[in-house]
Amino acid sequence: MNFDDTPQEAEFRATARKWMEANAPKKYEAELSKSSLGRIRLEKEEIVDVGKAWQKKKAEGGWACLHWPKEYGGRGATPIEKVIWQQEEGVYGKLTQPFQIGEGMCGPTVMAFGSEEHKRHYLPKLASGEHIWCQLFSEPAGGSDVAGLRTRAEKKGDDWIINGQKIWTSGAHYSDYGLLITRTDPNVPKHKGLTMFFLDMKSKGVEVRPIKQANGMQEFNEVYFTDVVIPDSQRLGAVGDGWNVSLTTLMNERMSIGSRLATGFPEMFEFCSNLMTEDGLAIDDPATRSKLASWAVKASGLKYTSYRAISSLSKGERPGPENSIGKLVSGTMLQDIATYAMDLEGAAGALTGADEEAASGQFQQMLLSSPSMRIAGGTDEILRNIIAERVLGLPGDIRVDKDVPFNKIPTKGR
Amino acid sequence: MNFDFSDEQKQMRDAARKFLAEKCPPKAVREVLDGKATYDKALWKGLAEMGFLGVAIPEEFGGAGAGHLELCVIAEEMGRALAPVPFSSTVYLAAEALLLAGSDAQKQKWLPKIASGDAIGTLALFEGKGNPSPQAIKLSAAGGTLNGVKKPVPDGAIADFAVVAARTGSTGRDADISLFLVDLKAGGVEVRSLTNIDPTHGQAELTFKNCKAEPLGAAGEGWGILTQVLDRAAVLMAFEQVGGSDRALEMGRDYALDRIAFGRPIGSFQAVKHILADMYVSATLARSNCYYGAWALSTNASELPEAAAAARISATQAFQHCSKNNIQVHGGMGFTWEFDCHMYYRRANATAVTLGSLSYWEDQLIDRMRKKNAA
Amino acid sequence: MDLKDNGMNFDDTPQEAAFRAEAKAWIGANAPKQYEEELRKSSLGRTVLKGANILEVAKAWQKRKADAGWACLHWPKEYGGRGSSPIERVIWQQEEGPFGKLSGMFIIGHGMCGPTMMAFAGEEEKRKYLPPLASGEKVWCQLFSEPAGGSDVAGLRTRAEKKGDDWIINGQKIWTSGAHYSDYGILLTRTDPNVAKHKGLTMFFLDMKSPGVEVRPIKQASGQSDFNEVYFTDVKIPDSQRLGAVNDGWNVSLTTLMNERMSIGAGVSTGFPELFDFCNSLMLDDGPAIEDRNVRSRLANYAVKASGLKYTSMRAISALSKGDRPGPENSIGKLVAGSMVQEVAMYALDLQGAAGVLSGPEDAEVAGKFQAMLLRAPGTRVEGGTDEIMRNIIAERVLGLPGDIRVDKDVPFNKIPTKGRA
Repeated sequence: MNFDDTPQEAEFRATARKWMEANAPKKYEAELSKSSLGRIRLEKEEIVDVGKAWQKKKAEGGWACLHWPKEYGGRGATPIEKVIWQQEEGVYGKLTQPFQIGEGMCGPTVMAFGSEEHKRHYLPKLASGEHIWCQLFSEPAGGSDVAGLRTRAEKKGDDWIINGQKIWTSGAHYSDYGLLITRTDPNVPKHKGLTMFFLDMKSKGVEVRPIKQANGMQEFNEVYFTDVVIPDSQRLGAVGDGWNVSLTTLMNERMSIGSRLATGFPEMFEFCSNLMTEDGLAIDDPATRSKLASWAVKASGLKYTSYRAISSLSKGERPGPENSIGKLVSGTMLQDIATYAMDLEGAAGALTGADEEAASGQFQQMLLSSPSMRIAGGTDEILRNIIAERVLGLPGDIRVDKDVPFNKIPTKGR
Repeated sequence: MNFDFSDEQKQMRDAARKFLAEKCPPKAVREVLDGKATYDKALWKGLAEMGFLGVAIPEEFGGAGAGHLELCVIAEEMGRALAPVPFSSTVYLAAEALLLAGSDAQKQKWLPKIASGDAIGTLALFEGKGNPSPQAIKLSAAGGTLNGVKKPVPDGAIADFAVVAARTGSTGRDADISLFLVDLKAGGVEVRSLTNIDPTHGQAELTFKNCKAEPLGAAGEGWGILTQVLDRAAVLMAFEQVGGSDRALEMGRDYALDRIAFGRPIGSFQAVKHILADMYVSATLARSNCYYGAWALSTNASELPEAAAAARISATQAFQHCSKNNIQVHGGMGFTWEFDCHMYYRRANATAVTLGSLSYWEDQLIDRMRKKNAA
Repeated sequence: MDLKDNGMNFDDTPQEAAFRAEAKAWIGANAPKQYEEELRKSSLGRTVLKGANILEVAKAWQKRKADAGWACLHWPKEYGGRGSSPIERVIWQQEEGPFGKLSGMFIIGHGMCGPTMMAFAGEEEKRKYLPPLASGEKVWCQLFSEPAGGSDVAGLRTRAEKKGDDWIINGQKIWTSGAHYSDYGILLTRTDPNVAKHKGLTMFFLDMKSPGVEVRPIKQASGQSDFNEVYFTDVKIPDSQRLGAVNDGWNVSLTTLMNERMSIGAGVSTGFPELFDFCNSLMLDDGPAIEDRNVRSRLANYAVKASGLKYTSMRAISALSKGDRPGPENSIGKLVAGSMVQEVAMYALDLQGAAGVLSGPEDAEVAGKFQAMLLRAPGTRVEGGTDEIMRNIIAERVLGLPGDIRVDKDVPFNKIPTKGRA
């Protein structure tokens, strides 16, 4: 057991570090270091623009989507090299947020199911950040129950005509392409009548409406489809096989979301180390210490769980659903930490302005954003089911709609 | 980076699991639980023959000279099987203290006997309620004799020798504490067994009356040595706790698959599934923290104090969580003497305090993280 | 206590004050004071009297209460009660104080068996059996749970078959509190296995001394034996001891179980008063425990749970005194207290440091009270409805959420899968 780089790894790390040293946009370093969940923004510039410039520069230097094959815009790097890169990229990694869904979900799905021509055409631009991709799965009638979706795709000649509505689409308002799952046959059970496509988000009939979130920000959207035409060549996988295609995407979603999870602990530890209360530093208070210690071991537990996954990855093993624990643990933890930080601030904890109080409002933002962490990309409850069923081998829930034709499933009049 | 045990270490784990499955089934644990034996002597001998007792003891002192990663692997299996033997007292506490501070002669005298299963050792630190602290040590040492009372002393009633923490000064500083080695069979010590929540692992009171003792380590350095011993033992005990957590989780899972109520396995109800998923989460976090602790222990890294506290806290929480909810999943049957669930619950809550309580280690962890940050 | 238009108050009305004074005077003159101290100190997992058999002390106290008209206060006088109002019963309980802990062995009889008899037995049986139940001369137990049907009570398999005017019982019950010292029991059996599981049940009461009844104590995880297995081999029960119609046993049992959850919820122990006392006298390495902020933060959390339960029960009492029937809301008592008492015990051990492991009364802190509590606590989260069943009750009966999908609902009982269980 060791944490040392092998000679090859050390060499790779040195190369990465040198390139970072010469190329990273250092002027944003301080702001990026300070940003935490619910609060990634730059004072003077649009984060998406800065992110695109950084992604482009990385792609030119061969540092984008490292683990992808070179012909699709990657570097053909090993999993462990990707981890080393992330360590060296450090705070600048926060700039890649707009590309995570594309890199982590859409890219792998296109790679698995797209034609060679499409892969060579679309993937390099996805990798370089020139084109941003989004994922159009969730619907008002199907949240956790993804397969309950109702957006229709009907064949017309060589094209498909799409009508329906998606929701919770991250970044749809700045995306160029999207991965879209639709219902092509409502007469068979719900998992069996789905088909996957990708489409140009600028297509005629696509309308994106931002959702104002509980925390006041707008990261997600509703997307409406009215007679949108998609050529059959943009179908991914067979007709009616969309559910299997989506499993590839979702498995990647849970893994990529798991990799750079904020827990709030480092921010909290620093905050308590510096916060003066009436009788001394907060960190000297036994009640605070006890809470910090419990969070510390959760944060370190997650960190070393990911190290264990990386280790098995570097031995060629595929990480399994065990990684679902990352989001499950950190979601609640963020919420608890933010609540306690505000508690420590006393009545001033209610203030949210950046100038108003000790930690520039970061915990208030964290508090307001954290509920979405417990929902997006699989709710806490779905993640517990995944652990219970796929890791522990417990039976699945009784699915009353399993063998029922989709159009016979009760819907409360929807 | 390789954050995993090697194939050889995993083979050793498999060997230990197989050995314990055969020699230490729940029935054997119950012999001690029901008071028919003070510990499982045959198992102790067998562990010696397998080379497990001396796995981290250098070859020159009769051990296998393998190392602490191997010991971690064995510890996990001991925890899984709830082995009713004085393993933690002898191997994590006494042997570690000797390895850290013993003279060559002291090591020669005791370590080979530990490895061969011929000597049981322990650490006599606590004097009634409270957590590890130099101020709490009142037992006095003067002119090579000890006077005072230690309790609870793990496995104190069956131990052949003890490492004893004694007061040799009164400046109010750590340097007031020195360690001594006492041959418990040589007289001067009264031993009384104490009832405790985990009867599979004995606790005792030792009363020292003008008891002859030889110094272990330099005078006045006792507290420093103890701190290191406790950190090492914390990592090793954490592996035991993780082993116990995993077993409790498996028991709950197996029962949830087997037990039928309302016409279906109870494991198909989300209320039960989510209990088990949460047990899995806590056991996994603890295991990962333990691996880091194992790395720090085996390389004697400067991160050890922090890593040990994190492993200790995480594993204590996990074992308490998993053992109590294993009973819950079992329902009424889990609360019978006949089912094994309570043995894990007892061990979990005993190991939660025997090296100092959760609150104590929480306090230590934050102290150590601060020191690291300041440095 | 009342919630009037002109405000909320905890004052006794003049009638209530008079009742309280009378109760206080009687208890002052009659309570077995020699046990007061020991009873006050006893907590979950540890009610023992030194040098006395608690069953005998309890029976004597119950008899004395009955003779003076203080037993089963809310029962009609003709059945051994006092015909009191619900609020008078609460006042009595407040005044009885620690001596109420002596009623432990009668709770099932008074809280469950008695009400079921009152609702379903013939007048003759009521007049014959209820007064000795009230006075503690006869102890009753409840025979519902079975190995194959714990939370799933209706999954029970004990058979009752009609033979002339009698019923012949064969089967096994489990988790029967106090069966070893009980005189009578109410018994739920299966009389028709060919219909859906809730539809083929019938309720009886029986003499526990009947031939063919065998009681075997269960040794609990804590080492004590409060519960039993009860085996029935060709036990004969006359049809006159049937409660409710044949195959209507499930409805009869709902009366009993509703009363169970209420009576279990009533005196449920949270461990908070014990922990608060302990922290008030405990010295830590750096001062009194009660001054430590971490201790305070925990205590405060437990304190508000304990007081929340207390005032929830007071609200139920207020509703009761207005004639409202308390609903399933009372399920929260055991749900909250069960895991709380476990956490409290764990934290008390934590505060004791390494010595927390000791459990012998002579060596452990506060006579091993918290160690006993720790070992008994898992039982609280299971008995009388598991935490999970309690949450289902709250979700379904209080919040109105739909019930779980019951795959066995309309299936004849003998067609329900059992994993090979006979």
